[in-house]
Amino acid sequence: MINRIVDNADIALEGLEDGMTVMFGGFGLCGIPENSIAAIRKKGIKNLTCISNNAGVDHFGLGILLDNGQIKKMISSYVGENDEFERQMLSGELEVELIPQGTLAERCRAAGAGIPAFFTPAGYGTEVAEGKEVREFNGKPHILEHAFDSSFAFVKAWKGDAAGNLIFKGTARNFNPLMAMAGKITVAEVEQLLPAGQLDPNEIHVPGIFVHRIYQGPAFEKRIEQRTVRSRS
Amino acid sequence: MALDKNGIAQRIAQELQSGWYVNLGIGIPTLVANYIPEGIDIEFQSENGILGMGPFPFEGEESPDLINAGKQTITALDGASFFDSATSFAMIRAQKVQLTVLGAMEVSENGDIANWKIPGKMVKGMGGAMDLVASAENIIVAMQHCNRKGASKLLKACSLPITGVQCVKKVVTDLAVMDIDPDQGFILRERAPGVSVEAIVAATEGRLTVPEHVPEMQLD
Repeated sequence: MINRIVDNADIALEGLEDGMTVMFGGFGLCGIPENSIAAIRKKGIKNLTCISNNAGVDHFGLGILLDNGQIKKMISSYVGENDEFERQMLSGELEVELIPQGTLAERCRAAGAGIPAFFTPAGYGTEVAEGKEVREFNGKPHILEHAFDSSFAFVKAWKGDAAGNLIFKGTARNFNPLMAMAGKITVAEVEQLLPAGQLDPNEIHVPGIFVHRIYQGPAFEKRIEQRTVRSRS
Repeated sequence: MALDKNGIAQRIAQELQSGWYVNLGIGIPTLVANYIPEGIDIEFQSENGILGMGPFPFEGEESPDLINAGKQTITALDGASFFDSATSFAMIRAQKVQLTVLGAMEVSENGDIANWKIPGKMVKGMGGAMDLVASAENIIVAMQHCNRKGASKLLKACSLPITGVQCVKKVVTDLAVMDIDPDQGFILRERAPGVSVEAIVAATEGRLTVPEHVPEMQLD
């Protein structure tokens, strides 16, 4: 067994430098690596290019890096619900590249799968396709998209073991497995860190080969963005 | 009388067919789930990674690990499954999902849709909409016929940056049900109860083909 455990988030960030391109798992606030984000905030690393489906909310998730001016550029599919984000974008402080969600996911997957580029129909005929090669397959136009190149990927899982194997819960899986595959250095924080042998190999979502550093998250707030319920009556 | 949001959702629900996997966008489309006709077996897909999405949870049972693409807390029905975002869009691009219902700011008479950006004003992003409209065979747009200023949202050509080209097949608004045909533009199929053909013609900027007989929608 190759032991992937590191003691804490600060050690897990070793090698992360100003100006790097970094991935963050999660959809909205569901499944975000909140402990790693907090550690990056504390360390003050700046000029980051962040690949993440969303940009957090005001003062939580990636919002705390935005507040602190640590993000130079966001690559996302949807960035609503964040006033500070909007302010920085409209003032030109923050560069923003919006790309279709499925393309975002596949560019992560491709990076982790040794596929340099692929064709997709998403975005054909729109702003997203500007400057991109178009080819027709089965009578339908597709655009060429490239795999991401990311120095670090920060992901969050429900359970993990010393070998770096990960299991996710519910819809907190989302982009996490794909980004774990894509990172040159992948850092996973988990709610439950177990010794090797405690997870059933049949149930592993991400094999430890993709996870370079794993640590037990000290605290998870797991904030809910839109609490919607029905009454029992 | 023009339909309210629930009326639009109720009319769209009549399009559902047993055996379909269905993706509902944010807003009016989400309400379609409240009007599934009796005897129709479908499963809802939410692109953040669930098939078999159920209703909102009872108070106290909500989980931060179980949300839909609108970031609302939800439940998982028997037979549900969770998956990553690449798998989610694999099933969308490969047309395993039979119906996509989404909102729009504008739709053009050739089936273009705009719903992700108002330059200089609102830039929230396209989320999964561009992937959905580029691949789905069956796309229904749910929206108001006119915007808040009273201007038609059914246009000759979209004025806003588009989300997809020639992809919308059907539009259900507060006033009407329309199909879109590349040769005939919008084709008026049904009127909202009590709404005249003339009112719909007046509210539609794009080319509108009006058949001889345009029945009223039947909503129970």
